[in-house]
Amino acid sequence: MIFSDHLLTVITFLPTLGALLLLFVGGRDEAANNLARYIALGVTLVTALLSLWLWYQFDPSNTGFQFVENYNWIGESIGYRMGVDGISVLFIPLTAVLMPAVILSSFGSITKRVKEYLIVFLVLETFMIGAFATLDLAMFYVFFEGTLIPMFLIIGIWGGARRIQATYKFFFYSFTGTVLMLIAIMAMFWQAGTLDIVKLLTFKFPPEVQTWLWIGFFASFAVKMPMWPFHRWLPEAHVEAPTGGSVILAAILLKLGGYGFIRFSISMFPDASHQFANFVFVLSIAAIIITSLVALVQTDIKKLIAYSSVAHMGFVTMGIFTGNIYGIHGAIFQMISHGIVSAALFFCVGVVYDRMHTREIEAYGGLVSPMPRYAVVFMVFTMANVGLPGTSGFVGEFLTMLAAFQANTWVAFFAAFGVILSAAYALWLYRRVIFGAFTKESLKGILDLDRREVVVLVPLVILTILFGFYPAPILDATAASVNLVAENFANAIGAAPQAVAAATGH
Amino acid sequence: MFIQAIVFFPLVGALIAGLLGRIIGHRTSEYITTGLLIAAAVLSWIVFAGFWFAPEAAEAGGHAEATKVEVMRWIVSGALDLRWVLRVDTLTAVMLVVVTTVSSLVHLYSIGYMADDPHRARFFAYLSLFTFAMLMLVTADNFLQMFFGWEGVGLASYLLIGFWYKKPSANAAAMKAFVVNRVGDFGFALGIFAAFVVLGHLDFDGAFHAADGLKGNLPVIHFLSWDLDAMTVVCLLLFMGAMGKSAQFLLHTWLPDAMVGPTPVSALIHAATMVTAGVFMVARLSPLFELSPFAMTVVMLVGAMTAFFAATVGLVQNDIKRVIAYSTCSQLGYMFVALGAGVYSVGIFHLFTHAFFKALLFLGAGSVIHAMHHEQDMRNMGGLRKKIPITYWMMIIGTLALTGVGIPGTPLGFAGFFSKDGIIEVAYAAGASTGYIAFWALVIAAMFTSFYSWRLIHLTFHGEPRGQHHGHEAHADHAHDDHGHHGSAYDNAHESPSVMLVPLYVLAVGAVLAGVVFNDLFFGHAEHIAHFFQGSLVVPEELLEAAHGVPVWVKWSATVAMLLGFAAAYQMYIRDPAAPKRLAHANPGLYLFLLNKWYFDELYDRIFVKPALWLGNALWKGFDDMLVDKTITEGLGNRVKDITGKVVKLQSGYLYHYAFAMLIGIAALLTWAIAAGGLLG
Repeated sequence: MIFSDHLLTVITFLPTLGALLLLFVGGRDEAANNLARYIALGVTLVTALLSLWLWYQFDPSNTGFQFVENYNWIGESIGYRMGVDGISVLFIPLTAVLMPAVILSSFGSITKRVKEYLIVFLVLETFMIGAFATLDLAMFYVFFEGTLIPMFLIIGIWGGARRIQATYKFFFYSFTGTVLMLIAIMAMFWQAGTLDIVKLLTFKFPPEVQTWLWIGFFASFAVKMPMWPFHRWLPEAHVEAPTGGSVILAAILLKLGGYGFIRFSISMFPDASHQFANFVFVLSIAAIIITSLVALVQTDIKKLIAYSSVAHMGFVTMGIFTGNIYGIHGAIFQMISHGIVSAALFFCVGVVYDRMHTREIEAYGGLVSPMPRYAVVFMVFTMANVGLPGTSGFVGEFLTMLAAFQANTWVAFFAAFGVILSAAYALWLYRRVIFGAFTKESLKGILDLDRREVVVLVPLVILTILFGFYPAPILDATAASVNLVAENFANAIGAAPQAVAAATGH
Repeated sequence: MFIQAIVFFPLVGALIAGLLGRIIGHRTSEYITTGLLIAAAVLSWIVFAGFWFAPEAAEAGGHAEATKVEVMRWIVSGALDLRWVLRVDTLTAVMLVVVTTVSSLVHLYSIGYMADDPHRARFFAYLSLFTFAMLMLVTADNFLQMFFGWEGVGLASYLLIGFWYKKPSANAAAMKAFVVNRVGDFGFALGIFAAFVVLGHLDFDGAFHAADGLKGNLPVIHFLSWDLDAMTVVCLLLFMGAMGKSAQFLLHTWLPDAMVGPTPVSALIHAATMVTAGVFMVARLSPLFELSPFAMTVVMLVGAMTAFFAATVGLVQNDIKRVIAYSTCSQLGYMFVALGAGVYSVGIFHLFTHAFFKALLFLGAGSVIHAMHHEQDMRNMGGLRKKIPITYWMMIIGTLALTGVGIPGTPLGFAGFFSKDGIIEVAYAAGASTGYIAFWALVIAAMFTSFYSWRLIHLTFHGEPRGQHHGHEAHADHAHDDHGHHGSAYDNAHESPSVMLVPLYVLAVGAVLAGVVFNDLFFGHAEHIAHFFQGSLVVPEELLEAAHGVPVWVKWSATVAMLLGFAAAYQMYIRDPAAPKRLAHANPGLYLFLLNKWYFDELYDRIFVKPALWLGNALWKGFDDMLVDKTITEGLGNRVKDITGKVVKLQSGYLYHYAFAMLIGIAALLTWAIAAGGLLG
């Protein structure tokens, strides 16, 4: 059937189709705006349903690529290739399911250039899904790089007061990284003669070439993650971006880096990854500890959450470069979980920002009195951010730290400080914003979550708790592919490292 | 098996009260949660009775299989296969009884105590949520589920300490409790990882089986930069978690502060159940701890140190709840001494009896505070015996049980007499220098315990009422919720309603009888203990025999210490009430040292909190803002901007053009790449 043969293409380009449709919506009045809003919402909802169908149809026991579409374009070397395996499949529903929430949340807060806002987001969705779904490196590059443009516009047009500096910094960092990746991609092409990812995965690059290729890709993904110390663009971008932009940035765009590390760095350059593992561990620990400490002293809610994102991504990079099953499995889980939780946290910030137009922590306090529902929702996500067992935030942290302990106990030892620090910054934020007496004159009359906000946030609450108690849907879908990646990695570098020395008497 | 009902009834109650509380109202929420808890408690006692009266036919000391009920899968990855499983063996059954009994009584009591609170439904939801998490902890079948329960009770504790969220002190204490516990969890988490690496299993049976195989052939682990005995590393890391949760020396600072929470919470969480989780954990993992004599020694010394330290601080505190809190801290130290000695059953025995009399004391104190309209400073009390006689007698029973009143060598004594004296005898029998250190620390602590307990009784109930003429001194540091009831508090004092008194009666029965009835099961002959516990914890026969055969002076030592403490309190607070002040003036340094709890809060603030904030600021303003931003990014960027500034104006109006230029650029680069690649390749 043509539909299921091209499911990935449909999911990827349906949003763009929606964007084209929006071009025909004329007028700037409220009716036109509403029409545009509902079209965008409808398109993203259909895309979300299709992505869930994809997840449902995905065969988790199959380690190969599924839903493959393969057409040559420029000779054999570059083609239109789509396909997903356990590594990539879940990022598509993550993206597609968050999108309607993002569109919905903009209904109240975006009032100028509504149509353009929606078009840009729909185009962005295509780029994001495309980057996860494509099996051609040239296309990956286009999609990966393509996400920069809509994001750039989102921050630059609908952003806050310092948006120009933020877009500039965002672009400067990202572009520098991707240029290096582009050079690496070209080098790969000269080496392997193809940009077909399936073929590249079995191609053995000579170790000394791997080193350079690894560095090229690292430059791009380290900025995207972002890893410390390449993270500086992120807090700025988040602070200036409108709520929807922040949500997509934290929930999806950062994950492109983690996905890239697994798909390319670990899988295609295992020797170099092994060689650079300690370097990555050091940066990951720096991310976990340093950015947590920095988060502790932030005065801006969004900046605090942005820094905490960097810390959480530290667990992801740490897990990936252990190269073992738990590490990679945990990293993927952590990315999905963070996609849900960070999105929700930024929505939560958006809720109070829409009301008070300030993100200063100082400006709030005692919100539990006028906003009890908000307090509950915010508490759930705060605890997920802290990594409380029973929330999705725990599973990934646990698995990645377990993997780190096996790889090198020092790494796990330092990473475990994140357990303490995350509690400190997250609970302190909660205490200053939500608890305390409700006395601030400026906050008088602030309203609790309205129905639209409830519709956006409650599903995320449910997912956060569901995946905390029953992470199987995510772990099972990815298990086979993760095993394969870990196995290949172990084979490529020789035996896996072990922390326990031989028993004394054996 | 009733185990699903026992564990999930409280969860159901929590969800109903939490989600529907507004709709169904406070009263209904209270009845539903309390009713479900009482049902769970009844079922727990039935389960417990099954172990209590287990047929003699069961092989004494044999490893009877624990009952396990699988709920669903949890984390499955690679060789890890962790499931939600409810495990019931004797050790669990003892904990089930403790948790559900105290919890149901506290629920009942709270109906009266919280009657005026506008957020009662939320309060009951939290209480039930706590109970659920605690039950998940004690029924855990693997390390991770235990960790779930562990963190779950931590969350509930956080929510309940901060229940009165308008009080800054409550919010601070709630956060402190969570973060300090997380310091312990730092160790717990690493301990779990180490256990997995060393033993290859995270389910208890698998891990214990693997540990059995290691006997006589202990592996070495490369931990950080050293090669260390693997089991010692595992056990000490796990014990760090226990120290946090059970408020042991160095990680104890959160417990006294937690007293700003509502008093029923203090009774349930910070006396009878949650804080004993560390004790439970060590007992549950006794097959692992047995493999590391060094870790056992550490457990014992930390316990002894805590018992002594907390008792000294308890001597001078003025807040009625803080005195009991330090007492709890101290009694937990006793339990760890028993565990460290390897006589786990006695540690659990004290956990069991302590739950009754400490909950009784806390709820009694709550009744006093209720009567005094939220006055907690004992210097403003006095003479309350006539006003609230029932509470008075209940507190007396609790005190007799806590101080361990009884006649050595006879089955006459209150609950604490059996379990506490048992621990002291075990410490002596354990011998070696550590055993004797622990023994003397505990005997001295027993004397202090008796002193501060009677001091509390005298200050609160005896003498003249001091409420009317509180001096400026009394004003200085009272941490209670100030309602401005001074002066009239004594006159208005009234006995609590029966919904609050009934729980006291039940607990009082436990405080009197729990020792004598269960002594044989926990601290009788080794076969009896082994038969009762059916392999759910390690029972050292020789040490038990030695503990039963200690010299007579050892058996009397705790009783003598108790009498000395009683006499000193009587002398200083009844016969010569000016004596304490004189003593404090004569030794100002020592007095302040104790009053300020050995200055731990100030120390930690200086070496952890302030440096962390300073470092955060330095890294942010110094590294991120100055170095990366100003110097590198903008420095580099400015050069680029100088060149391109004329061409591309970064104003929002030009953004579309700029984006378009990017797109063209990418296309051009890509084309060039393909072309170049095609030519060269």
